[in-house]
Amino acid sequence: MEDERSFSDICGGRLALQRRYYSPSCREFCLSCPRLSLRSLTAVTCAVWLAAYGLFTLCENSMILSAAIFITLLGLLGYLHFVKIDQETLLIIDSLGIQMTSSYASGKESTTFIEMSKVKDVVINEAIYMQKVIYYLCILLKDPVEPHGISQVVPVFQSAKPRLDCLIEVYRSCQEILAHQKATPASP
Amino acid sequence: MVLKAFFPTCCMSADSGLLVGRWVPEQSSAVVLAVVHFPFIPVQVKELLAQVHQASRVGLTVLGTWCHRRQDAEEGLGHFLEGLGAIFSHEPWLQLSRERGGKLWSCKATCRQGPPGPAAPDEDQVMLVFYDQRKVLLSQLHPAAALPDHQAGDGMAGAEGLAVVFDTVARSEALFRSDRFDDGPVRLSHWQSEGVEASILAELAKRASGPVCALLACLLSLVSATSACRLFQLWPLSFICSKLSVCEQLRHRLEQLTLIFSTQKAETPAQLMRKANVLVSVLLDVTLGLALLSWLHGKDCIGQLAEALVPVADHVAEELQHLLQWLMGAPAGLKMNRALDQVLGRFFLYHLHLWISYIHLMSPFIERILWHVGLSACLGLTVALSILSDIIALLTFHIYCFYVYGARLYCLKICGLSSLWRLFRGKKWNVLRQRVDSCSYDLDQLFIGTLLFTILVFLLPTTALYYLVFTLLRLLVVTVQGLIHLLMDLINSLPLYSLGLRLCRPYRLAAGVKFRVLEHEAGGPLRLLMQINPLPYGRVVHTYRLPSCGCHPRHSWGSLCRKLFFGELIYPWRQRGDKQD
Repeated sequence: MEDERSFSDICGGRLALQRRYYSPSCREFCLSCPRLSLRSLTAVTCAVWLAAYGLFTLCENSMILSAAIFITLLGLLGYLHFVKIDQETLLIIDSLGIQMTSSYASGKESTTFIEMSKVKDVVINEAIYMQKVIYYLCILLKDPVEPHGISQVVPVFQSAKPRLDCLIEVYRSCQEILAHQKATPASP
Repeated sequence: MVLKAFFPTCCMSADSGLLVGRWVPEQSSAVVLAVVHFPFIPVQVKELLAQVHQASRVGLTVLGTWCHRRQDAEEGLGHFLEGLGAIFSHEPWLQLSRERGGKLWSCKATCRQGPPGPAAPDEDQVMLVFYDQRKVLLSQLHPAAALPDHQAGDGMAGAEGLAVVFDTVARSEALFRSDRFDDGPVRLSHWQSEGVEASILAELAKRASGPVCALLACLLSLVSATSACRLFQLWPLSFICSKLSVCEQLRHRLEQLTLIFSTQKAETPAQLMRKANVLVSVLLDVTLGLALLSWLHGKDCIGQLAEALVPVADHVAEELQHLLQWLMGAPAGLKMNRALDQVLGRFFLYHLHLWISYIHLMSPFIERILWHVGLSACLGLTVALSILSDIIALLTFHIYCFYVYGARLYCLKICGLSSLWRLFRGKKWNVLRQRVDSCSYDLDQLFIGTLLFTILVFLLPTTALYYLVFTLLRLLVVTVQGLIHLLMDLINSLPLYSLGLRLCRPYRLAAGVKFRVLEHEAGGPLRLLMQINPLPYGRVVHTYRLPSCGCHPRHSWGSLCRKLFFGELIYPWRQRGDKQD
């Protein structure tokens, strides 16, 4: 079962949330971030090239121009491969764990899997981000030493940064699955 | 809890049979290791399982049945398979089936004992997780789970979560030894290795490696014994050896070679990786060193270097002379105390003159020395770099001397000033109590003290300026040496074998797992594909980094500034076992 809805992130950009219900014990949420805008790309390239041309007129060395082209290309490739995240996915599987995948614009995917035995809870937290107060969804991990303690807080959808309405949808679904987990104790 | 069945991808196309593997009750998961085909005799299957259990201490059982048939196949097979549940009793009994040529899977788990009802897992709640047996067998999880206790038998309480799957597969290697072409009593289907390619050279190398290692280990122990003999502990030699970074580097290399050629087999995977990393690092070092050697000897670089060395040293000395003349005049418009200025300036100029004469004395021998030193590059690039660093240290020895003189003078001055300042205020340093106490001085003590204090204060700018200039020069030399040491450290400690493994066989170094949901038909079980998530490069370097020489700067920036201000001497690298001055 699959459906798609449109939300907005904290800066007002459009986000698309795709929900897939594979089975009662497995759900996937896929958030697509706004794409790289042509306007900002053109602006940055023009700025770099104008600066290089300015230096060229001062120094009369043509290496500066080729260096500027090289830097722009490398910078764009690096940005696409290491910085620009296209899609963030959260896959929650009952009694196995929670998996978070970030797909970059160049196609690279980076995945983190947290086993269900380490997950204490999934909550929505408030944070102060620059001049705003935002909400974010995070996974609380159990502390191996202290039974009621929390060893780590893992935020989810860090680069998409959706607003509260989107987070509530995801939160409700996750809690349904985690409720199964808490209902059936670990050892039979 | 949802029942998870870990099924190897290599068995997906196998014929019908029995599922053999391990059941983990705490996580309600069944790890299938192999499929036993018909015909078989139940007693022989049980014997095989017992054999494997003894060899590997993994509790294997028959977990259920696997049915791979056509859509219109006979129903008799189905009944037969159900009957098998009576022979091999196991709770819960798994029944996996797949349509031949189709994509329809079905998965059932039944509990014979216990009340049927909501507690029994029904069809919706069985998850099939496919895994690549070969990759899981060969991979190593980081951080390494606690090693299971080999004496605990079926205990294995150390591994948790998915590490149990990795552990089970890795320890059941005894089960995978049978080949599909073997004619044994029981036919198994599991991961088959494609066989090792036989090569005469590889076999010969394997046979020869034992005695060669033993011989080299003997030679190395001989070398280390001679280097540790009493002759080298005598004072002048031990002092020089501790100051030269070549000796440190050679010692480090000797330790590494001893590690590689030791006749003991590596026990843990970490030790094996360490050995491999050290071997690759030494090989790279020697290769780079030989390349440098061929370049040096090829184009007569040694001759050119030797010819250029003395003029360069002369040029540096001349520049220093100009600098001293400048200091003796009015440097940067500051007005110095003429008498002290002239004294210090002349003292340093004479020292410089001695140094230049020494260099000129040595100049005929330089080429030959350089040629012999260049030969040492065949021991490795790091050795050549350390020799370069030592040559720089020797050639700039006069700068070091100037720095020491300037620093000592400045330090004395600062000590005197601080003590006389206390006298000026009527206080005294109590050595017993390590604190400042008030003290009543006589009038003549106060008078002379104040006089000396004034003299020292007015002479402070001159001494401070000399100190500043020579400290800057010394710091420059130290920076150059530091960069060379950094490069040496990089070559020494980079784990190249691990990086290569991560590049070419990423499944060997696993940071974790990742899951992908496969096509889901309505009414069928949920199917997931478990893949290995490789370790990121940064963590590979961090985990497998080799220990380096240990010649690191020990000061933080704050303590460095403090030492510079008070004129204490700074020794940028402390060799092992050196005393603080």
